Amino acid sequence: MSETLRFSAEEIADGVRSGRLSAEKVTRASLRAIESTRSLNAFLHVSSRTALESARELDARRARGEALGLLAGVPVAVKDALCTSDAPTTCGSKILVRAQNGQGWLSPYDASVVQKLRRADAVIIGKTNMDEFAMGSSNENSAFGPARNPWDASRVPGGSSGGSAVAVAAGLAPLAIGSDTGGSIRQPAAFTGIVGVKPSYGRVSRYGLVAFASSLDQLGPMARDVRGAALLLAAIAGFDPRDSTSAKRHVADYRAACDRDPGGMRIGVPDEYFGEGLDPDIAAGVRRAIARLETQGCSVRPVSLPHTRYGVATYYVLATAEASSNLARFDGVRFGLRVEPPSADLSRMYGSTRDAGFGAEVKRRILLGTYVLSAGYYDAYYLKAQKVRTLIVRDFAAAFADVDVIATPTSPTPAFKLGEHVEDPLSLYLADAYTLPASLAGIAAISVPCGTTPGKGDRPELPIGLQLLAPAFEEARIFTLAAALEAEYPPRAPDAHRIVA
Amino acid sequence: MTIERNDVLHIARLARVSLEPEEVPALMRELAAILEYMDLLNEIETDSVEPTAHVAVTELPLRADAVSGELERDVVLEQAPRAGGGGFAVPTFIDES
Repeated sequence: MSETLRFSAEEIADGVRSGRLSAEKVTRASLRAIESTRSLNAFLHVSSRTALESARELDARRARGEALGLLAGVPVAVKDALCTSDAPTTCGSKILVRAQNGQGWLSPYDASVVQKLRRADAVIIGKTNMDEFAMGSSNENSAFGPARNPWDASRVPGGSSGGSAVAVAAGLAPLAIGSDTGGSIRQPAAFTGIVGVKPSYGRVSRYGLVAFASSLDQLGPMARDVRGAALLLAAIAGFDPRDSTSAKRHVADYRAACDRDPGGMRIGVPDEYFGEGLDPDIAAGVRRAIARLETQGCSVRPVSLPHTRYGVATYYVLATAEASSNLARFDGVRFGLRVEPPSADLSRMYGSTRDAGFGAEVKRRILLGTYVLSAGYYDAYYLKAQKVRTLIVRDFAAAFADVDVIATPTSPTPAFKLGEHVEDPLSLYLADAYTLPASLAGIAAISVPCGTTPGKGDRPELPIGLQLLAPAFEEARIFTLAAALEAEYPPRAPDAHRIVA
Repeated sequence: MTIERNDVLHIARLARVSLEPEEVPALMRELAAILEYMDLLNEIETDSVEPTAHVAVTELPLRADAVSGELERDVVLEQAPRAGGGGFAVPTFIDES
């Protein structure tokens, strides 16, 4: 990692604001790092020209004595699910690539989060790789090849925000934006040893995020350190009139929350998250981390979330149903690919475009979603899942009556090998079991690193993620605990020789 | 649980995805396995439980009835696979014979 990029996001922003660091120099270091790690496939588009232009402009504004924003000169990698007016957006899919010129769709507008990044004087460094339409937990569903885990390039970085996780973990950018529908920020954060926050539903505007499952989708920060995540969330959180599901709620001071003493906080530990299928090294690492929080003055007690085992089935009914509706807009008319067999009518053009443009997992989910919404099955699957969702919401409400925060593993296993789950889609769905319930309940969640598994056999040391959950709009609580935990487990980068391997 | 070939073709038609014949057998197998797993939900009695469609949306905000933020037509059409006459061009869909 270059010297410049060893600075935290906060240090870079402070340095650029005060003139000690040049935004252009930071941007060049980030672009060089991206160039030298192409084999990780973290980026689908690198914004070299526009990034350098905006960095130079920042330096010029600073030289003129202007005050710069919260993220002054900080390189931020943006998941390719967000619309950007100056860089192509593909959402990891061929259906958003135009056949005429092989170029990704160019959005006529910026997503609200992208606008907020620009207003905070961040430097948008590029668009990151992802599972197609954010459907997947390994990045292997990207139409442009998987991103690779910098801790071991034969392993997945997790997904769907895998490219964003790799960009941060490999030191290419200190901050990244991810999106999380069922764990797509938290699980890749856990797999790559970084911090990932899924804010409460409604905390961050989704205007300009390509929609997957609208009752679940949420955008959030990914960062090397907890304070970086707090800084980025501060820049993007808040009400947006263009997203009617964004909440008109006060945005707390998340950085101040990082400095708060965690003493006296009550941590609940649900048995249901420590059962069958949990890797013993993950279980040991997570229990050790919880014990360390206890020594910092937190009290730890068991809580029960009895409907946890229904989370996977509930999620995959609801998310696929919503996806089958949201993805109807990709029909070859307004953007991207069109496949038009000779003398095809409109309906045939739709069908051919969608068959050629969507990958196997996206088609699987669209068909599943169409099935659970179709006549005769709606009550048995969709309505049933909506009712079970109510029970999952109630589980959390009851648990939070007794505790401030709930602590669990983020993922039952560390990063797995590329190809390990390719033949059995259901086995990969089951691996999301620990992240899905918080998404269904719309509560605040973070994954924070808590050490590594011991290396053995062909499995090197791999990062372990601790998931902390708080009631909706109580992000400050998880920042306080995450910062306390970070003091015990300082941010650690993968060995450089693995990154370039 | 079994999913027949015709079930897959029926939902593919509803979803406007023209599957290639070789895609169908794997989908029959995978959809059956996933739907069978989803039957787990029937373990729970939910007759008296209200469904949840959305969380945390307590009020639906209203906005002024005013035009705002419109996109430039040319910029949008530039990105279309085919455009003509100031609009998106599509194959014939009305039989005029």
